Amino acid sequence: MKQKLVVIGNGMAGMRTVDELMQAEPNRYQIAVFGAEPHGNYNRIMLTPVLFGSKSIADIMIHDLGWYQAHDITLHCGPGKAVAKIDRYHKRVIAQDGSTVAYDRLLIATGSLPLLPDIPGNDCQGVMGFRDIGDVETMIKTAESKRHAVVLGGGLLGLEAANGLLHRGMKVTVVNRAGHLLNRQLDATAAGFLQRQLQAKGMEFKLGVSIAEIMDDNGRISGIMLSDGTRLDADLAVMATGIKANMALAQNAGLQCQHGIIVNDCMQTSDPAIFAVGECVQHRGLTFGLVAPVYEQAKVCANHLSGHGFASYKSLLAATILKVTGIDLFSAGDFEGDDDCEKLVLIDQAQGIYRKIVLKNNQVTGTILYGDTSDNAWYLNLIKQKTDIADIRPRLIFGQVPPAQAA
Amino acid sequence: MKQTIIKTTCPYCGVGCGIEATVEDAEKHIVGIKGDPEHPANFGRLCSKGATLSETVSLENRLLYPEIDGERCDWDAALDHVAERFNAIIEQHGPEAVAFYVSGQLLTEDYYVANKLMKGFIGSANIDTNSRLCMSSAVAGYKRALGADVVPCNYEDLEVAELIVLVGSNAAWCHPVAFQRIRKAKENNPALKVVVIDPRTTASCDIADLHLPIKPGMDGFLFTGLLAYLHRTGKLDRQYIASHTEGFEDALRVAKETAGDLDRVAEQCQLSRDTVKQLYDWFADTEKTVTVYSQGINQSSSGTDKCNAIINCHLAGGKIGKPGAGPFSFTGQPNAMGGREVGGLANTLAAHMDLENPEHVARVGRFWQAPKVADKQGLKAVEMFEAIATGKIKAVWIMATNPVVSMPDADKVRDALRRCPLVVVSDCIRNTDTVDLAHVRLPATGWSEKNGTVTNLERRISRQRPLFAASGEAKPDWWIISQVAKRMGFGDVFDYRSSAEIFREHAALSAFENGGEFPVRAFNLSAFANIDQSRFDSLQPVQWPVTAGHSGTARLCGDGQFYTPNRKARFVPTEPRSPFHSPDAEYPFTLNTGRLRDQWHTMTRTGLVAKLNTHRPEPFVEIHPGDAGRLDLTQGCLARIESRCGSMLARVEMTSSQQLGSLFVPMHWTAQYSSHGRMGAVVNPVVDPLSGQPESKQTPVKISFWPSQWQVLILSRIPLSLPECEYSVNSKGGHFWRHQLAGLSPIMDARSWSRELLAKDLNDVSDSIEYCDQGQGDYRTARFEDGRLQSCLFFTTTGQLPEPGWLSTLFAKTELTRKERLCLLGGMPPQGEEDIGHTICSCFNVGEKTILKAIKTHDLTSVAAIGQCVNAGTGCGSCLPELKELLLSGKG
Repeated sequence: MKQKLVVIGNGMAGMRTVDELMQAEPNRYQIAVFGAEPHGNYNRIMLTPVLFGSKSIADIMIHDLGWYQAHDITLHCGPGKAVAKIDRYHKRVIAQDGSTVAYDRLLIATGSLPLLPDIPGNDCQGVMGFRDIGDVETMIKTAESKRHAVVLGGGLLGLEAANGLLHRGMKVTVVNRAGHLLNRQLDATAAGFLQRQLQAKGMEFKLGVSIAEIMDDNGRISGIMLSDGTRLDADLAVMATGIKANMALAQNAGLQCQHGIIVNDCMQTSDPAIFAVGECVQHRGLTFGLVAPVYEQAKVCANHLSGHGFASYKSLLAATILKVTGIDLFSAGDFEGDDDCEKLVLIDQAQGIYRKIVLKNNQVTGTILYGDTSDNAWYLNLIKQKTDIADIRPRLIFGQVPPAQAA
Repeated sequence: MKQTIIKTTCPYCGVGCGIEATVEDAEKHIVGIKGDPEHPANFGRLCSKGATLSETVSLENRLLYPEIDGERCDWDAALDHVAERFNAIIEQHGPEAVAFYVSGQLLTEDYYVANKLMKGFIGSANIDTNSRLCMSSAVAGYKRALGADVVPCNYEDLEVAELIVLVGSNAAWCHPVAFQRIRKAKENNPALKVVVIDPRTTASCDIADLHLPIKPGMDGFLFTGLLAYLHRTGKLDRQYIASHTEGFEDALRVAKETAGDLDRVAEQCQLSRDTVKQLYDWFADTEKTVTVYSQGINQSSSGTDKCNAIINCHLAGGKIGKPGAGPFSFTGQPNAMGGREVGGLANTLAAHMDLENPEHVARVGRFWQAPKVADKQGLKAVEMFEAIATGKIKAVWIMATNPVVSMPDADKVRDALRRCPLVVVSDCIRNTDTVDLAHVRLPATGWSEKNGTVTNLERRISRQRPLFAASGEAKPDWWIISQVAKRMGFGDVFDYRSSAEIFREHAALSAFENGGEFPVRAFNLSAFANIDQSRFDSLQPVQWPVTAGHSGTARLCGDGQFYTPNRKARFVPTEPRSPFHSPDAEYPFTLNTGRLRDQWHTMTRTGLVAKLNTHRPEPFVEIHPGDAGRLDLTQGCLARIESRCGSMLARVEMTSSQQLGSLFVPMHWTAQYSSHGRMGAVVNPVVDPLSGQPESKQTPVKISFWPSQWQVLILSRIPLSLPECEYSVNSKGGHFWRHQLAGLSPIMDARSWSRELLAKDLNDVSDSIEYCDQGQGDYRTARFEDGRLQSCLFFTTTGQLPEPGWLSTLFAKTELTRKERLCLLGGMPPQGEEDIGHTICSCFNVGEKTILKAIKTHDLTSVAAIGQCVNAGTGCGSCLPELKELLLSGKG
């Protein structure tokens, strides 16, 4: 008889693990999946182009509902199907509507939640995150009739939301507490390039300030008061100030958690029968927000669930690509560097090209490519392989050096 | 537009190639240049330099108006000034206090008038020429052996010879078209053997059956030893020696004493016994042997003896003056031979007559109607500039040459001219290292405007014909000299109105009292003693002597009759000598100097041609990798070369074509193009006691790493006025100028420094790219105007600069692609675009990498195949040796 695998979370991390598992051992488990959203599995990253209007919801579906049937996977999704409790003692999960499913192995892939700042008025209508299809649908709808949008947060998600809303005809102001945009992915120079390019598209910025208060009109947002006293009209406020691991279930079940659900190199939680992957986990002190490491986790996790059991997860280098049309941006590794680092910089103002490579002991430790991201895979590889670049240093920043000449 | 084809002669080396010039626009100096298919020197071929002559005839850097002390004046003022000052100095200090320093670049007619003025009317023999630096040893050698300065051979001899020995000659680069005849002859006759005797492995070795990498300066041992060997092995032509020569026994005795032992000769020359014996046997057994010798023999403190050691060996076998046999001196300049014919050297009189011979002096006096013909030798070049330095000579008139660059101990020459009370220069170029020091500048016509004759190295007189009218107020040299002569009071006999008139007088002098009741002089142009303007204008290339009823003379001395009083050739005992200064602990290297393929002399013309500058854009020093390694010199680093006289800076080129202990530097760079690239400053002023020719090939020097703290490469669409710094080199490229700088004191903020540097000439910085590697101290920037690349600058502290090959192509584009802009400051083309590498074929701008790639991808096995594939080598053919080398290396 097949073992029972229950997956909490119908998102990218969980379903990627299921995909990997089906490839490795298609018949090992009877699988049940719980999802809070009333959809199949979709590519959350592609919400940006959906908001922008270049993709539809159908375009971004990875597995529609039929797929689950075809693969004999039970999908519990929609209202009331959010899991309310993990009962480790009886090895079962209980949904809000009371439905209960037993497991031999449990996989938690609950993802993350937007970090909503504690601002007066943040509960009024028109204040939202940018996490799921529902958020996107709301934004699209609002853009059809309203004029003013404020995006709080100048990170990847915030800029992508701002860009989408701008494209849908709203007047968008991005409010960012840090002095420059994408401060976790770019240095000030690159951020300057980005800001100028976005300003040229019509986006407005308030940097170095935060939102003091959200003002409302009968429970619906009407404006924003900034910490410097400026007032902005607002029909919509998108909160994109960060995410936090969605780990309440695990915590309540008594699994070890800190900033996320703590997993070992096999993606196993403190309960050997329970695995976790994705934005909800914490591995060797790190949490995750980008797709590449998450997919890697899925691979490792599936390897263990399938009984093969040899893979081990190593934290992958974070590389960033911003999905805003017309903006080529790539950053990876430690692009600020410390006092022991050396920096190579290339600037072409007229063409809007900026490149920076951070070196430590003639190894690349970080890079920013702005305006032309060609060869980003090569640079990423140099960082990963810790290649000694002394011989090609004078040509390094200008793109991949053919191997014959690099030798 | 009406186009005229004008036949004229190339102004570069002594080969004297005929040219067909198609004047397309005489006003704008636009002309098409082709080899003259009918000219017997080249039959249509031209080398890379000749083929690009059309790019040298613009008015760029031309001297167009007379100047006194830097102020423009009219001709009358300038000529009066020169005449008065010369007269005043002669009156006060005597005729020995003035001097002319002239040039193998002058036409025969110019040369004749200069010589006549100095020797016949000023009454001094202080007229010497840059030919002193190039072939005066050959002259002295021929005169001692043959009784006159006659080159017995011609180019046909190269084609019918069965053995050609090239000694001290890199003909592949220095006489490319003649070399190509040898190459062709070898293709047609595989039995023809070619031997190259040269300390370096040069491009000429490309076709050599045997290369003798002789110890620098030891050629005298080799040829003296050959004479002894011919005797020992019974390979002498006893009959010939007895009938047609004298002095054999003395010469043989000295040869046996000094170089009688083969092993010893091989050891002294640092050659293997077998290679020496191979050369000797081939020479002994080959009737049709031509020995081609050039600057490697002549530029020596024993140059004359070396020439005679060679001639001795030819006389010993009767191998002279016959088809395919003879000692063949290759002269360097277009009209070195013409200068010899008019007697324009301090130790000759005129028309092959001698200063020390009272009969000759009287005869020339009668002919010229000159009262006080000089009757003793004047000062030869090195002595002349020494006399200027000591103040003995107070006025010098320099014509068409650049001694501040080309003389040995050249810094001293520069200082001497700075102190000289009167320096007059006639030149067609406004700024040269020498013209810059002149008090009086007289604008002379340039090659494309001149009208007269030149003689090439096989005694062939050819016409140089004007393509354009004189530019500005420029005048022919003969006119300038005649005008000064008139104003000095010698009016009647300098009343020339045309070069034809002068040529006629020159021919008449050569025929004057020549033969009949008088001794025969070889140089005789009696057929032209009455030549009129139209015959002169239609004069066909002809080899002298040209006497009535003869159409020129292909060979001389073939009948065993020579030009000594008893008509016998003279063996000259030659005791071989090492170079005057040997390397020692302090100066352990021997410095060799010489020409490059694509430059001419001091670059006043070839430096204007972008194509020619790409072959070698910077002064360099060749050093064996073994020596370089020992001294911590690396490929491309800067090095300081220092002798007891002076120093220079050059970029290190490691090559095993150089012997251990030897260095080579090109002779061309001047202060106009480089701050410290003048090799003349380093060369020791040692001279041959007979010929006075300097030993420019063997100066003891030391070489050391030059610790530049930074180096800069700039390519700029407009030439930049750059600050003085310890090292700088400029050269002209296609659509850009190339500047290279380096300095000894560190520059803290490379970015501000570079921006300031560019700001002087380029103000617009709105569109620019910058690259900075602070850790390494690298800074690079490029500037654009309307999308067009204006300049790019590379600053480095590590010495790593890009190859400018690809960068230079970007200046031809009106706009760069995004990808090109991105890659620009990396100095390498975007992937997928080709980096052609450094230029090999100047004619078609084909680079090393392109050729190597073609060899690999198409599996090419011959230079002809390379030519078909990528065009390289199908133009002038000068790069064929390099192509062959690439074929070899491309396979390996």
